[in-house]
Amino acid sequence: MQTSLWLSLLLVIPLVGAALIVGLRASDHLARVIGIAAAALELALTVVVALAYRASHTVGSGSTTTVFDFTYRKVLAPSLGVAYDVGVDGISLFLVALTALVILLALVGANESRRTPAFVAWLLVLMTATIGAFATRDMLSFFLFFELTLIPSYFLIAGWGGSQRAAAALKFFVYTLFGSGFLLVGMVYIAVRHQHVFGGDLTFAMSALKETPLSSGVATWIMIGFLIAFGIKSPIFPLHTWSPLAYAEAPIAGSMVLSALLAKLGTYGLLRFAVGLLPQSLDNVRPVVLTLAVIGILYGSGLAAVSKELKKVVAYSSMAQVGFIVLGIFAGSQIATSGAVLLMFNHGVITAGLFLLIGGIERRRGTSTISALSGLQGPAPVLAALFTVVMLASIGLPGLSGFVSELLVLLGSFNAHPWWAVVATTGVIFAALYLLWAYQHVFHGEATGENASIPDATTAERWVLAPIIVLVVVLGVYPAPLLNKINPSTHAIVSHSTPQGVSR
Amino acid sequence: MIAKVAQLAMPSVHYLAIAPILVLLGGSLILMFVTAMTRARVSAVVATSVTVVTAVSAFVLAFFQWRDVSIHGSTTTLAHAIALDGFGVLASAAIALGVGLTALVAHDWAHRARVVGAEFHILVLASASGAMMMAQANDLIVIFLGLEILSIGLYVLVAFDRHRSGSAEAALKYFLLGGFASAIFIYGVALTYGGAGSTNLSSIAYFLAHNFILQPGVLVAGLGLMLVGFAFKVAAVPFHVWSPDVYEGAPAPVTGYMASIVKVGAFAAVLRVIFGALTTQSESWRPLVWGLVVLSTLVGAAVALVQRNIKRLLAYSSISQAGFMLLGLWSASPSGVAGTLYYVVTYLPVVIATFAVVTLVGGEGETGHDLDHYRGLARRQPLLGAALAVLLLSQAGAPFTTGFFAKFAVITSAVDAGGSWLAVIAMVAAAIGGFFYVRLVLSLYSDDEGSGVRVAVPRLTGLVVAIGSISAVLFGVWPGPIANLAHHAYLLLP
Repeated sequence: MQTSLWLSLLLVIPLVGAALIVGLRASDHLARVIGIAAAALELALTVVVALAYRASHTVGSGSTTTVFDFTYRKVLAPSLGVAYDVGVDGISLFLVALTALVILLALVGANESRRTPAFVAWLLVLMTATIGAFATRDMLSFFLFFELTLIPSYFLIAGWGGSQRAAAALKFFVYTLFGSGFLLVGMVYIAVRHQHVFGGDLTFAMSALKETPLSSGVATWIMIGFLIAFGIKSPIFPLHTWSPLAYAEAPIAGSMVLSALLAKLGTYGLLRFAVGLLPQSLDNVRPVVLTLAVIGILYGSGLAAVSKELKKVVAYSSMAQVGFIVLGIFAGSQIATSGAVLLMFNHGVITAGLFLLIGGIERRRGTSTISALSGLQGPAPVLAALFTVVMLASIGLPGLSGFVSELLVLLGSFNAHPWWAVVATTGVIFAALYLLWAYQHVFHGEATGENASIPDATTAERWVLAPIIVLVVVLGVYPAPLLNKINPSTHAIVSHSTPQGVSR
Repeated sequence: MIAKVAQLAMPSVHYLAIAPILVLLGGSLILMFVTAMTRARVSAVVATSVTVVTAVSAFVLAFFQWRDVSIHGSTTTLAHAIALDGFGVLASAAIALGVGLTALVAHDWAHRARVVGAEFHILVLASASGAMMMAQANDLIVIFLGLEILSIGLYVLVAFDRHRSGSAEAALKYFLLGGFASAIFIYGVALTYGGAGSTNLSSIAYFLAHNFILQPGVLVAGLGLMLVGFAFKVAAVPFHVWSPDVYEGAPAPVTGYMASIVKVGAFAAVLRVIFGALTTQSESWRPLVWGLVVLSTLVGAAVALVQRNIKRLLAYSSISQAGFMLLGLWSASPSGVAGTLYYVVTYLPVVIATFAVVTLVGGEGETGHDLDHYRGLARRQPLLGAALAVLLLSQAGAPFTTGFFAKFAVITSAVDAGGSWLAVIAMVAAAIGGFFYVRLVLSLYSDDEGSGVRVAVPRLTGLVVAIGSISAVLFGVWPGPIANLAHHAYLLLP
């Protein structure tokens, strides 16, 4: 058991950074320095937390106890059930680290020159909100942070996005807000029911809520609400319609945050709350959700293949990857669930890398339209090489990180639900197809016009991508350190959500 | 004959119970006296100081009342016509706070709008005493008296901007429709008296609890008409049509006053009457309230989307908020009462501060109410813009603002009362509402500055804006204190 001070620090540091930037009326340069310093400190702290984390996984009398560490709970308003409640387990641990990493990379590699202080401050606020959502054990706190992420991301898209940014931001905002209404009501229903059954004050502690007895019918209704809320955020087919515009119109840092972090909030919510709190409903919804996940994989791949813009290729490929994650989460097997958690982390890293590289191309050429780009490999061999590694990881080439996690998902779900797994596997082939296609167009062939004279990756760009390349390669060969910490937590969820208490 | 008169003894008076009401009336009388006795116009500084001191005294008295209630429990006084209970005390304290904040905003406004004399403040104090009466009433007649004291003062206040014809027009509209509503309400009171044999809320509740009404037609008609009267006062759909016009026409500080204090008084009264006294008839009134909630939340939010005038937009937003407040009544439970009380109490400083900003941006002659004037406000004036952004986000129910916990409290009570679907509808409306609030907030931060100009921020108005926005964030991060107060603010139940 570790002290919770670390997590509270994680929540406070970015806010202090943002407050300094706003309070000091920092210049562009100072804002950048403060932002990067805060994010670097945050990343260092998350590494400490990740290394110190222990899953005190004790099995007593057949039931699994929680696997949270760094825990602290203080009730703030008993009558409303409001509590400050932090703690991480093997699932949230790496998502917290991912948040710190991606935002640091966004600050270093995808900075905006226009109104830098505000941009940095919003990114820091977003960091607190995202980490807060991952590092809480209380569903109401989760909801608060989950909603809070909307405000900075809305301003990031609307303030620094492309020509259709206002429409994109509004669409993103309204969809998500609409979904969270269902989340709120469902969550309150469970808490109220818990209070009716067990008495005492209203509470939203997850450990309490998951003991709430719900009939399968009620649980299914709540599950549908949760699926809408998290499915919009993730996004799951057919709730994805906001995402292509938002991904394409957002600034590069915004796209990174949307796909690497905010989408993970959705899938994390599905795992933690939909599966974790509503096991009674799983048998009813599983076929539908698995089908939607598989459709998402195929549909996302198909659209990625016909997209004319690199950003949209990555946006749709993200949708396909989210399909894999959802497949893993709902497959009901521990292997698949662990794979899904690992995939959340890996996809976050990979997609952040892809967007950073696209940002680099955009800076050089002023566009990310595929038809305008060709033969970039000639003038920019290092850029091409970096792109190749990250892209291959995304495709799932054995030896790189994407492969391990997808394999675990497919393996785990094949045992229980072979047909869905078989169809999903074709998604892997599609991914190779569309990404290689795009790659061929952009990097191979004759470099004509402006394409011939672009500069190669700068030293700064190489350093920004270095951690991504390292993670992609190391986790591709040796994912055990992560999996060892993920497994106890996924075991706890899967054994709670399968009626016999056995995990497959 | 004489002997009979002598027997008509004065009822015992528990002065602490009515002290805040007396203080407000006293403050208003002092200002009236000074106005009558001095040759020159009463200076604005004197009028504002007296009002603020009065409001602070009433606020402090509420503390003593609260202590009295927590030691001795809830009581009634003045022949059971006035209740002293935690619920009334908290509502009265909120009204006192509202008076103080309004006086500060009005001070700066009166200077700009060339409104002289103490009359504005006299009317504010007097009508606020009516709102307090409604909050503490335990008798339908007292509620009606409070309602009229509140309304008549307001009719005049709405017309106070004599340099602008819209102001008088709005006042006339408000007066005519308000008169109808009062008539409908008092007719409802009469029918209720016929149905339950008393105008005293405790007696009505006692009678209904111990007798089964075989033909409740008269009673149901009575409560229905009273509900219509209240729905008009809080501008719940479909009794809302007056509110956008009146909000637009009234001077902006008065609009803020209406949007806050009228809601506190009317909701306190509606909870006392409909939930407190007529709780046994809940099968009759809950469907009606259900309809009011659905219509108000949805129509308010949807129509606000297409507004171009900030005051009309805030009017529709306030209609939608009223729908949420009614959600607590629909729940018909102690947690619903606490939820609605929490909602109105936290909404009050936020909405007054919002209209304080509107007062500033509107400028002289209230010409700057188009949304274009708000474009880039936060770029020109970062502090003012940020404060308005916080105030709007709080009304939208953004996380870590009081607005969120207000919505959360009533939603929780509704779900608790079996209204999950109603809660879902309300949340859909909240999402629509979130859309226009955030669109407005974004335009505050727009690069393109539209037709906006820098506006001067006088010190007192700035103070009000600061109080509103800081309270929105402070109690949004730390909802404990007010939530506990609302939770323990028990309604006197017979």
